[in-house]
Order: sequence, then structure tokens, then C-alpha cells
Amino acid sequence: MDSQHLNPSSLKSRFTARFLRALIKINAQKPISSSSPRDIFQRYQRIKVAADKSMAYSVRSRRTWSRATLWKLRSRSRRRLASSGRRSSIKTRTTTTTTTTTTSTNHRAAIVEKTSHEKENKEDHVGLAVQAEELRELVPGGESMDLCNLLDETAHYIKCLTTQVQVMKKIANLYSLE
Amino acid sequence: MSSQRPTSSNKITDDELNALILRLQTLLPQLDQSRHGRVSAAKVLNEICSYIRRLQNEVDGLSGRLSQCLDSMDLTGFDAEIVRDLLQQ
Repeated sequence: MDSQHLNPSSLKSRFTARFLRALIKINAQKPISSSSPRDIFQRYQRIKVAADKSMAYSVRSRRTWSRATLWKLRSRSRRRLASSGRRSSIKTRTTTTTTTTTTSTNHRAAIVEKTSHEKENKEDHVGLAVQAEELRELVPGGESMDLCNLLDETAHYIKCLTTQVQVMKKIANLYSLE
Repeated sequence: MSSQRPTSSNKITDDELNALILRLQTLLPQLDQSRHGRVSAAKVLNEICSYIRRLQNEVDGLSGRLSQCLDSMDLTGFDAEIVRDLLQQ
């Protein structure tokens, strides 16, 4: 694809190194013999957080979306420490997701109503505004971005996501063969 | 598509918008420009949303796979060799 992958300071290299270090740490946290479904689920959660965190750190908070991701992860771990048990923190996450969906649905309806008056001038912008609302939910920190920034951040976010998937896939293939 | 009329109420010009949308289109393998030419902005954003969801689900799935084989992973021997091998392709 691009020649950057041989560059030791490329995003891909930085992410790979960070993510592997995180995996080693996760591996060390639980004895190798324990593989109950609960332990595996916990490990899955930790790995997913490590993957997202590694990518966000590798971007070095140059981007709004990476800063939003790191902020989200930090506040979530703070909440988890404050709550009494693991189950309550999972419930908190589910509630947050539901609230976001409801808010955005109302938001979307409001946008459609508002833009119907401006339709004659901004036909394309109407369709765009509605689609952009959906995009805001997907890109971390998207709620507070203006359309221009949102589209810019989206492009970068997608590039990073594809790199993340690429590396994770290679690691999984590498270690599932052994 | 969009007119070139100056829209002073908009902070972003139509040209800027089109350029950003076009850049997003190039990121989508399924909307390859050589086959589809210009696609409407709304469709590009629609595909972008699906693409992001798909990527995020892939991360989820791969995290699951890694959690299964983390047990058997001999990560203590990981060094520059492995990293280089990973990044070769």
C-alpha cells in the first residue's frame, strides 16, 4: 500500500509496538492456566481497550478524535475504579449508549425540521446534515465538530482504523498458527 | 450538483465540501472512482458510516480472537524481529 510501513516512526510501527507491549501486560496479568469464559471476556475487553488506546496514543493527540478517545477511556476507567464492582460499570456503559441513541434521534428530527426551510438554497447540505449526524456518533468527539472538521477527522480516523485492523489481523494470524 | 453561489452564511464553501467528500470517497474501496465516477455526497457519507461500523466490528472480532489465543501466545520472545516481520507486508 504505502512505503511508510518500513519507517520505524510511522503510525503503523508506533501502534504495533505499543499494542504488543499492552498484550504482554495483559498476558502477564492472569495465570496462563485460567481460561474460564469470564476471564476470556475480561481479556477481550482489555484487549479492545488496549487496541483503541494504543492507536489514540500513537496519534499523539494531534487529532480531536484521538483526544476524545483518550478522554473517554480515562473517564471510564475512573468510573470503574469508583464503582463497587465490574457488573455496575458494564451497566453504566449500556445506559450511556442508549442515552446517546435517543439524543441523536431527537437531534436528527430537529435538523430535518430546521433544514426544510432552507431547502431551496442548500439541497445537498440538507442530505449532508442528516448523514453527518450519523457520522458524529461514530467518530469519537464528533458531536462538537463543525462539518468541515468532522469530514477531515473522519478521513484520518478511517486511515487509523484500517491500520489498526491490519496489524491486529496479522498478530492474530501469527499467533493462531503457533 | 451544488451551485458556485457564494454562501456567506456558510463558513465552508461548496468547493471545500466537495474536496473533503471526494477525499472520503477515495478511502472507500467499494466506491472506486474509476468505476463509479462522481457519487452524491450523501451516498459517500452513508457508505463511510457503514465502513466505519464494519471496521469497528472487525476490531471487536479481532480482540475476541486475540483473547482466545492470548493464553498460548509466547510473547516473552517478542522482539524487533517479530515486529519487522509483522510490518513487512
